[in-house]
Amino acid sequence: MHKFFTTVVIAAATLVGTSQYAFAETKVGLLLPRSGTYAVLGKEIEAGFNLAVEQADRTGEFKIFNEDTEIKPQVGLAKARKLVLENEVDVIVGIVSSGVLGAIRDFMHNAKVPLIVANAGNNEATGKSCSPYITRVSFSSNQLNRPIGKWMFDKGIRKVYTLAPDYVAGHQMIDGFTDAFTRAGGEVVGREFTPFGKTKDFGPYLAKAKAAKPDAIFVFYAGGEAISFVKQYGSFGLSKELPLYSSGFLTSPLYVKAEGDAAIGIVASLHYVPTLDTPENKEFVEAFIAKEGRSPSEYAVQGYDAAKLLMGAADAGANDRASLAEQLPKVKYVSPRGPVEIDLATNNIIQNVYVYDTVTNGGELTQKILDTLEAVQDAPNGCTM
Amino acid sequence: MDAGFWVLQFLNALQFSMLLFLLSIGLTVIFGLLHFVNLAHGALYMMGAYIAVSTANQTGSYWAAFVLAPLGVTLVGAILYFMLIDRLRTANPMNQVLVTFGLIFVFLDLVRITWGDIALGLEVPPSLEGSSYLLGVHYPTYRLFIIFVGTMVMACLWLVLARTQIGAMIRASVENGAMASAVGINVSRLFFGAFCVGCALAGLAGVIAAPIFSATTGMGISILIPALVVVVIGGLGSLEGAIVGSLIVGFIETIGAVIFPSVAAVSSYLLLAAILILRPKGLIPARG
Repeated sequence: MHKFFTTVVIAAATLVGTSQYAFAETKVGLLLPRSGTYAVLGKEIEAGFNLAVEQADRTGEFKIFNEDTEIKPQVGLAKARKLVLENEVDVIVGIVSSGVLGAIRDFMHNAKVPLIVANAGNNEATGKSCSPYITRVSFSSNQLNRPIGKWMFDKGIRKVYTLAPDYVAGHQMIDGFTDAFTRAGGEVVGREFTPFGKTKDFGPYLAKAKAAKPDAIFVFYAGGEAISFVKQYGSFGLSKELPLYSSGFLTSPLYVKAEGDAAIGIVASLHYVPTLDTPENKEFVEAFIAKEGRSPSEYAVQGYDAAKLLMGAADAGANDRASLAEQLPKVKYVSPRGPVEIDLATNNIIQNVYVYDTVTNGGELTQKILDTLEAVQDAPNGCTM
Repeated sequence: MDAGFWVLQFLNALQFSMLLFLLSIGLTVIFGLLHFVNLAHGALYMMGAYIAVSTANQTGSYWAAFVLAPLGVTLVGAILYFMLIDRLRTANPMNQVLVTFGLIFVFLDLVRITWGDIALGLEVPPSLEGSSYLLGVHYPTYRLFIIFVGTMVMACLWLVLARTQIGAMIRASVENGAMASAVGINVSRLFFGAFCVGCALAGLAGVIAAPIFSATTGMGISILIPALVVVVIGGLGSLEGAIVGSLIVGFIETIGAVIFPSVAAVSSYLLLAAILILRPKGLIPARG
């Protein structure tokens, strides 16, 4: 009798559960790191994503499946398979690590399931291994670093020393910068790639950079390494003789509080800065602070825009894998980071890149925009859809 | 690259060695005395950094954090000791490794729940800000302070171990625990004392590292490997081993990063492999 009762309850629950699908909900897999060192980025992207959906009051329209990629490509691939085959999601959103993106690219392409990339910046994903099913709302390494290379040369900087962690993103960021800077006429007088995740003391590298006597150093560091690097750069008192320029993640709003005064005066380029003076951004920043109690970072905007893209495609009538893949790249709108659209040749975002420095404003560290480089677009780089 | 450049790198290497020393001495003494592999030692270092950040925020003073964080970590260590480690002392090493490895993740998530995922900074105290002129170079005062603290701890530990009765008892217990017990040394109380000192030093390493590296959830795991390398190179259970080991690893990592940057990531592992082949007990093991 008891067993029978249980069976009835389970059957009833299943029926109630499945009957909800009659509303043609879009099933979304949120594939982000939720543990390990990148968990903070995953959380930030998710907060942005949820904020956009809640603001539009459309939470009932999407059924979210959460999965954790950690930062392991093989785990990411297993979770992507699970979302697609078991949960039968219509679209996957997320991916922080370039390694994970590289690992799931073929699977997503062959399964014909659309993927909105909300962080991972490897050039290939919208270059030679681009796919009509992969749309990127974040950035490519090249896109963020080319503009500042030219910008620095225009400001009179001729000799630069570069530093970055020794992994794919580090190399791509520095290559993007070096290419633009040398093409403009500058010279890279030396460079070093530091062991990724193992380097705790940047002192030896800073001394080496100083010995090469450049006009400035250009670096890419993110996460914990960014904080250590900035603090150590500050403690050596190098800001006068060795001005620091960087890919904007170095002084991201997420880390600048931990970096403290050492971050003041560092010039960086990034696709979003929370102090942007536009109505769209003001509204976004206010809503984010009300919800999370702190300023949003570029990662939050990436999550926010991923949701905007998804809702835009739904507005255009997309409701399954094929129609979403078709509609996603066609969404255009004004994001908190400025006007954005997807480049139909590569499915990478076209967006402004901001050159900013970190300043102190009544004891609070904040960002001051020095220059706006509008509608930066990547070359196709071997992409054929 | 002039002389000043090498002085700078020498100081960098010394500073890094001192941090490694503070961490590996606890690890090696606990292993030498208790025959216990405590992989959670890195987690205690992380706790030290986080407790320091909170204390400094509450009291507004770095020095309060400097005193209280090691004490706080000792307390955490003592709780661990009575709940787990004391029971595991006779267990086989694989169980010890599994339990303490698990503890790393428990602490990681406890820290994430309590302090959040975003890294936290700790300000250098005003008296140690800026840089000092030394041997012809300007060097950050705070880094000199780290070298000073490390040297002091080394000297104190050496004095205690080599010149006092407690030191003699500890050395005797490392050499032959059963015999030491037979001549009337309360070995388990001694073990507990040594374990607490090891925890306090891990906490101290956490506080003094926080202003340079900041407190991050990954710091415990990332420092554990170099600390283990130091212990294996130096020899398990000996103070001299920990000193020599941390100086070797500190200098190889720093100078290696300058001369052969492409092998910087593996240089200390190459040395580790060489030591394991040529002198598997380490350079200066506690038990001949």
